[in-house]
Amino acid sequence: MSKMREVVSTGNDLAAMAAVDAGCRFFGGYPITPSSEVMHTISDLLPKVGGAAIQMEDEIGGICAAIGASMSGVRSLTATSGPGISLKAENLGLAQMAEVPLVVVNVMRGGPSTGLPTRVSQGDVAQAKNPSHGDYKSITVCAGNLAECYTETVRAFNLADRFMQPVIVLLDETLGHMHGKAYLPTQDEVKAQIKPRRTFDGPPEEYKPYGVPQDEPAILNPMFKGYRYHFTGLHHDASGFPTEEIETCRKLIDRLFRKVDEHVDELESYEEFMMDDAEILMIAYGSVSLAAKEAILRLREEGIKVGLFRPITLWPSPEKRMFELGQKFEKILSVELNMGQYLEEIQRATGRKDIEKLVKVNGRPFSPQDIIDKVKEL
Amino acid sequence: MAFNYDEYLRTDKMPTLWCWGCGDGVILKAFIRAVDKLGWDKDDVCVVSGIGCSGRFSSYVDFNTVHTTHGRTIAYATGIKLANPDKHVICVAGDGDALAIGGNHTIHGCRRNIDITLILIQNFIYGLTNSQTSPTTPRGFWTVSQKAGNIDPTFDGCKLAEAAGASFVAREKVSEPRKLEKVIQKALAHKGFSYVEALSNCHINLGRKNKMASAMENLDWIDSITLPKKKYDALSEEERINYLPTGVLKEDTEAEEYCDMYEEIKKVHQGLRPKITPDDFKKKL
Repeated sequence: MSKMREVVSTGNDLAAMAAVDAGCRFFGGYPITPSSEVMHTISDLLPKVGGAAIQMEDEIGGICAAIGASMSGVRSLTATSGPGISLKAENLGLAQMAEVPLVVVNVMRGGPSTGLPTRVSQGDVAQAKNPSHGDYKSITVCAGNLAECYTETVRAFNLADRFMQPVIVLLDETLGHMHGKAYLPTQDEVKAQIKPRRTFDGPPEEYKPYGVPQDEPAILNPMFKGYRYHFTGLHHDASGFPTEEIETCRKLIDRLFRKVDEHVDELESYEEFMMDDAEILMIAYGSVSLAAKEAILRLREEGIKVGLFRPITLWPSPEKRMFELGQKFEKILSVELNMGQYLEEIQRATGRKDIEKLVKVNGRPFSPQDIIDKVKEL
Repeated sequence: MAFNYDEYLRTDKMPTLWCWGCGDGVILKAFIRAVDKLGWDKDDVCVVSGIGCSGRFSSYVDFNTVHTTHGRTIAYATGIKLANPDKHVICVAGDGDALAIGGNHTIHGCRRNIDITLILIQNFIYGLTNSQTSPTTPRGFWTVSQKAGNIDPTFDGCKLAEAAGASFVAREKVSEPRKLEKVIQKALAHKGFSYVEALSNCHINLGRKNKMASAMENLDWIDSITLPKKKYDALSEEERINYLPTGVLKEDTEAEEYCDMYEEIKKVHQGLRPKITPDDFKKKL
């Protein structure tokens, strides 16, 4: 049994602390509500451990600096909210194409456009799947409580280095600004879990950073260590040099898919709450799951047996498990703080169009009573 | 003995995609010679470029190289430099890349005075994408996006860099390769943000439609609009509007460099010194 520690903090602060504990040594960002506290906190933590944090001139500069630092071999973070992701999108695409690991914390607020900066939303879930143009596979995890603001950020750093690509950690305004008690793994335990990116140790003339098996990510050595190679957002060959050669281009994009698709077991993560005897299935993620759990406890007092399925890795989705659940439950309710962005994925995975939905887009959270009322209508 | 450029080139990636007679090759050679003179280890050098003809600069040189998105060279370089303050980070960007889409990063790279060298290849046009107006295209010139003649006022990148806080600013042209090499060498050796504007010819996409369709005609035109700083300074204000000064235009070795200052931030957080106050700076606001 691992030792746990009790920490009283906020979701945004926990994400910053997690990054530093997970070995992040660079942050590039730009102020944006409701995620700014991630920058505020990490700006104090990083210089203490010899790292660096910089507030750049804009959102684009924030992610570019972080990708640059990561290219040099340093675990790096940027944090933002929806409008910032829209601005960073092109460079998220470069990190996908050049296979540069990066963690992006997105504390969701109401949208579109400037939306509701100080209010809660889950409006960036669909965007997280394909923030940039082109074909690639996003990895997105979603914290469902205070502790996960920490543990999912730690996991994101390990996933980024394993799959060599950006990993988005979705928080929402409620979790980001929630102040409370979290039970966390110790810093030593987190340190022991760190799995750094793979490196090539052979002779430099034999080094082919992108010359890897078709289901594996690139092996990108740190800069300044004798392996001089090229990063580009263009289609590239095994050496990283731009090419338009037909088969090389096809294989590159195919590999960007297969490196994720063929290892989804390493990514999949979800929670099942009171599912054993459940007669109605509820699906919710993020802070909404907190209201959902409370609603389930109260409904059960009235004899209505509801269970919760909470995806933690949203992209790629736990589609196999959702398919099984779709076969098992007649009544399924999806609860989201958007117009049904993940509902579409649930429909796809279960193959069912009769899934009930409860949505809210006015910047206010669901109360347990909102959910109880909806369940009673089913 | 002839200089061996091959030692610094990815010779297996040759030939370059630059047009016959393009000035970018002259800048590439001047840069390589400057690095060689400084005796830098190739492993300690990182070259970052953006999008445009200049964007391919990084792919041909045998350093740690990064080809970024359009306009973002300095932002990427800032992350690389701040995470590796003891390494040499050089940006290569075009006039469209660094003065239009990436203008904000140019301003703030200069303002921070972070120890990066920006070699801005200034050919007065968007060359790679076939002759669109750039911020430095002279007024009245034909461009594919302003076929009736460019009406947009022309931007002086050196003045911008100087005003924004770059501590080293210079301009040279490809028709003076030795001088170009010297200012690049000075810029590389300078501690702080160094801005080198290398005036280059694009006889294909600037010259063809503006009565200088050969490299020589384009270079002659560049010669006709440039003057060494001393001669330029001797002109009246009115006469100056027809010329761009060349040579070292600003050299401030006293300005605080960003990575050095960040080391002080680390010391504050590590309890090794008190917090930074206005008194810590030579120049107070």
